[in-house]
Order: sequence, then C-alpha cells, then structure tokens
Amino acid sequence: MISIFQNYGGALLYGLGQTLLCSIIALIFALIIGSGFAILEVVPNKFLRIIAKIYIEVFRNIPLLVITMFFYVVIPMYIVEISGFVSGTIGLILYSSAFIAETVRSGIQSVDPGQMEGARANGLSFWQGMRYIVLPQAFRYVIPPLGNQFINLVKNSSVLAFVAGFDLMYQGNVIASDSLQSMSTYLCVGVLYLILTLPLSYYMRYLEKKLA
Amino acid sequence: MKKIISRIGLLLTLLLMVVSLSACSSSASQKNVLKDDKQTKTITWGVKADTKLFGLMDVRDNQIKGFEIDLAKAMTKQILGKDGKARFIQVTSQTRMPLLRNGNIDAIMATMTITPERAKQVDFSRSYFDAGQAILVKNGSPIKNVKDLNHNGAVVLGVVGSNSVQNIKKFAPKAKVLQLSDYSQALTALKSGQGDALTTDNGILYGMSIENPGYSVVGGTFTKEPYGIAVDKGQGQMRDAMNSALTKVENNGQYNKLLYKWFHKVKGFDFRGAER
Amino acid sequence: MLTVLGAYSWINIRFLLEGAWVTILVSVCSIILSYIFGVILGIIRYVQIKYLSAIVGFVIDIIRNLPLILIIFFTYFGLPNIGFKPDPIWASVIAMAIFESAMVAEIVRAGIVSIPTGQMEGARSTGMSYWQALRYIILPQAIKNMIPAIVSQFISLVKDTSLATIIVLPDLMNHAQIIYGQNTNYTIPMFLALAVMYFIVCYSLSLLSQYLDHRLGTAKKSGEVEEVVQSAER
Repeated sequence: MISIFQNYGGALLYGLGQTLLCSIIALIFALIIGSGFAILEVVPNKFLRIIAKIYIEVFRNIPLLVITMFFYVVIPMYIVEISGFVSGTIGLILYSSAFIAETVRSGIQSVDPGQMEGARANGLSFWQGMRYIVLPQAFRYVIPPLGNQFINLVKNSSVLAFVAGFDLMYQGNVIASDSLQSMSTYLCVGVLYLILTLPLSYYMRYLEKKLA
Repeated sequence: MKKIISRIGLLLTLLLMVVSLSACSSSASQKNVLKDDKQTKTITWGVKADTKLFGLMDVRDNQIKGFEIDLAKAMTKQILGKDGKARFIQVTSQTRMPLLRNGNIDAIMATMTITPERAKQVDFSRSYFDAGQAILVKNGSPIKNVKDLNHNGAVVLGVVGSNSVQNIKKFAPKAKVLQLSDYSQALTALKSGQGDALTTDNGILYGMSIENPGYSVVGGTFTKEPYGIAVDKGQGQMRDAMNSALTKVENNGQYNKLLYKWFHKVKGFDFRGAER
Repeated sequence: MLTVLGAYSWINIRFLLEGAWVTILVSVCSIILSYIFGVILGIIRYVQIKYLSAIVGFVIDIIRNLPLILIIFFTYFGLPNIGFKPDPIWASVIAMAIFESAMVAEIVRAGIVSIPTGQMEGARSTGMSYWQALRYIILPQAIKNMIPAIVSQFISLVKDTSLATIIVLPDLMNHAQIIYGQNTNYTIPMFLALAVMYFIVCYSLSLLSQYLDHRLGTAKKSGEVEEVVQSAER
C-alpha cells in the first residue's frame, strides 16, 4: 500500500483534485437548480408545481450512470462534443439537484406557514416573503442534510470512472491494472475518499446535534 | 476532542488489520488447478464478451461466441477428454488479472498479450495468435498512421488494463489517452467523437470495422502482440497442459479450421499468414 | 426510422428483459439482506454495548462514506482472499447488502433516537425490561417512522445496481450497453428503454412508500422524522 503511494502518489493526488473539483462545481450548480425547483414546488401556480414535480421524479428515479452515459454517448453524437469530465459533472448536477430540491422543499415546509402569512399580511409579495422570510429560516434547517448531500456527491462522483473523467476512481482503476496490485490500490483510493468524506460526515452529525 | 482521538486510533487499528489481512492472504493457497479441473471435468475460462471475432455476446441466445471461445472449447476437450466442459466467465482487461490470481477463473484466454511485466505475475502459454497493435479511425480522418497522433490535442481511446495504452504512450507520447472500461464502451466513445482514434490490437479492430463500415483500420501494425493463455503463477502443470493441447489442435487442423471460420471474410487480415 | 424501430425487436427486448431480471434479482436479494442486517446493526449501534457498539458504529461510518463502486471491487477482488469466490451476481448482492445495511442501520439508529425518551421511561416504569421496552414499545413506533426513509434507500439500491456493470454483472445497464455497442443506431432507443424501465421500477417503489406513509398516518411528520428521511436520501 505504501509502495502504491510512493509510485503513483502524483496520479492519485491528481485524481483526488479532479474528484474534489467536479464535486464542488456540481454542488454549486445543483444547489442553485435544486433550490429553484424546490421553490417552484411550493408556489401557488399549479402548472409550475407540476413541472417541478416531473423534473424531480424523473431525475430521482433514473440511475446516475444512465444520465451520465447519456451525456457522454448521445449528446456528442448528435449535438456537441463534451468530455467525460463535463458529461460526468452534468450528470451529477442533474441527479443531485433533484435530491437537493426535495431537501430544500422539506426545509421550506418545516418553516411555520404563519411566517409566510405574516409576511404577506405586512404587504410583502409571495416572492419577497420567500426571499426574505422563509428561505433564510429554511436554509438553517437544511444545512446538515445538505452537507450529507455533498458527501453523497463526492461518493457519486466515482461515476466519472465510467466515462474516463480522470477522477480518483478512474486513476485507481488505471493504477490497479498498471501495478497489478488491485487490493492495495483500492485500499489507497478508499483512504483518500475517506479523507474527503469522513470529517465532513462527523461535522454534519455534530451540527445536527447542535441544531436539534 | 478525546472522542476524536479515540476515533482516529480506532481507524488506524482497523486500517492496520485490513492491510495485514490483505498482505498475508495475497499468497493464494497453492493447489493444483489442473488436478482439480480433471476431477470436476470443467475448466473455467476467463473470456472477453465485448470483442467481435474473439469473444462477443450474442444478443439472440445469450451465448458468447468467437475464435477464442471455440479454441478454448477445443483445448478443453484435448485436456479433459471428450466429456470435458468449458465454463466461460466474462472478464474485461481490468478484471481478468485479479480474477485469475484469486482463483475465480483457471485460465485467461482474453486477447491478452504476453509481456514481461505480466509474466512476473502470471504464467503464459506460448502464443496462440499473433496480433499487432493498430489504430481505428473514422473514414476520411486526417490521421493515416500512429505518427499522426503524436501532437498536442490528439486524443486516443483505449481500454483500462490493456497494454496498448502503454504502447501508445511510446509511439505517440504527446497524445492524450482516455481509458474506458471495455471495448464496446471505447468504440461507442469513438463514435461519439470522444477521441480521434481507438487503439488496440488489429484483430479486435478488424472486428469493429466489419460491423461499422464508416470506420477503418489505418497505418498497419506498429507492435507485435502475441496472445497467450495465462494461468496463475505456480500452475506449471496447467501451463504445460495448455501448451500440449495447443500443439494438438494445431496439428490436427482444428486450429486452421477455426481461423478460417472466423477470419476468412475479414478484409485486410492475412489469415493465410496466420495459419499454423 | 426503420433502424430505430429495429432496436425494439423482440430479440433485443428479450435481452433487455433478461438484464432487468438480473437487476431485480440482485435488488430483491440485497434488499432482504440489508433490511435484516441493517435493523440488527442499527439496534446494536443504539443500545451502547461496550466496545461492540463503538466498533460497529465506526465500521458503519466507514462504509457509508465510501463510494459503492469501491465496495463492489472489494467484494469481487477481495473476498476470494478469504476463500470465497463469488460470481458477479453474488459479488454484487454481497456488496449491495454491505453498503445498504450500513445505510439502513443509520436510518434505524436515527429512527430510534427520534422516539421521545419518555416512551422508554414509561415502559420501564410499568415493569418492562430494557429489551422488552425496546422490542414492544420503541421499535414498532420507530419502524413506522422509518418506512419512507428505508423505502427511498431501497430505491437508491435499485438504481445503484447499475454500477455493478464494472464487474460485468449482466444487468439491465450492461445488456443495454451490449446492444448499443453492437449497433450505434440503437443508442438513443436503448437509453430511452433504460430510463423507462428504471423509472417504472423505482417510481412504483416510491408510490408504495407514499401509500405506506399515508396508510400509517405518518403524513404529518415531526421535524426529527423529516431529518431521518433526509439522511436516508444519501
């Protein structure tokens, strides 16, 4: 295991960097898109609610690998060339945004409806009430689950290995077949993933306890 | 804080346990594969299922079909007698070595080139097919041979664990290499425009160009890739049995028959020259 | 157009259905295993048995924080080291069961924690032992709360079986890849078929979860239970 780190340390660290990069990009976009659909799910307009519902149900119920492969295989064939890293990141964004939408929606609904009513009674519009009164409170509730979503994102980014996205898992596969020591290589990869996810996971549990 | 320290301590202990477990168990139990197979009348072969001509899954009946499959069946009969059975397990270039070393499969016949590095880990029979590495490109592509790929921005597709990705780094060091998980994924990626060329052995590439008339093998071969049957280290008897079985099927004409069956229609492939 | 329709020839559909059968088989086996082990491990983690609970808890944390693909590799390449050589189907079932039990265990622990402590105190004061109280008072309430979370975990499980194509599990994903690998014209039809088939299975599970949720009258969730649901959606 130590010999793997010595011989392939650079490649592993590069993979770690790509995994982190892709997770952070995906988190930012998924957060924006997810929150957008979460709000659409609670607006008074029924049509918008249905659209949001369809989006969320579709991307929640199709495997991430199918979404990613679609962007890797089909889109370049007919529309525009995108690399494995980009198609993997897009797949992650769409997939995670559906889960984040659900998380944020439950956050919004856990805010006392009286808050919104009060805001409206004070002359704020629905959107103003959402923006200034409800969302700030909702986000406080959803920080721990959002943290968990981020951990998920890091783990799910291993799907990039299927589309040559040069992430940690891909580098692991390449190193395992190059060094012919698959178990030691995957143990190294596992340790690197844990370095990313485990501290975050404990921090989120701490936050959950603190907020509860 | 105390809790965190104790957690980290626990982590280290666990890690140490896992490492020592993987270290001490890596020397697999030394049993005689040939003897076991003779008792069970079955040889378990690791074969490709994504490689036209060599081993390809037939969608109609869920069977793997190809030159290697037929050769493996013929050799099984030579080793175990008429009632010997060949069992096939699908492998990819990535999974075949661990599976052999773990004992899930008894032998690999999966377009595997004999290389000195691999020979340190497994034992090879003598070569049963002499391939050479080549490239597959879209018709009309400006790339005519492997040298055309040696510029920045060129992207070559290959498969994880195949030695053609190692070779291409020597012949076209400037090109970027993307490694997919198997050949059908690599071919799909080439068609999607994820790379300028797909590189692997000519036999496999010919199989792809038959099914996909828009793509052709260009530039001829630039390496020699003798395919060997791999058995686990220490299974010398199994290797010897493989070698003598190979000699027998070559001498009784079965080998040439199979070669004709699979390769006589392949354009650009010198199957007469490959006959034994 | 004809070539596209050819994608849905009976031969291809049958091949896809064979893959779907493997997907369902692996999912059902691992759902059963992970439910049993998940509940047991969750309880062990909750009841604070000296050392045991800490170790179990820690192992669960490790497994939960690793990508599933890695666990699939560990089972397929690692188990033979201890003398068991699984084929891809068994390796996938075991890998999914390990991963999902850890997930379910966490849901169960959170579910038990969400039951007010007064319940336990009340049960103990009527003369029940700790285990009796856990068995008859706490667990039934906790499991009722946990059902939506557990079902959504199982939906993830069904979707995640597709990752086992990396060890050549002949599942729905793998079979679709074989078909479009042999004929590019079938790429879009195959993706459509994949999306529809996975969606049908997963969405019906999610409808089942909504039905159970409604039936058990947990539609009005307390904040804590809501949190359980969210941690389950990891």
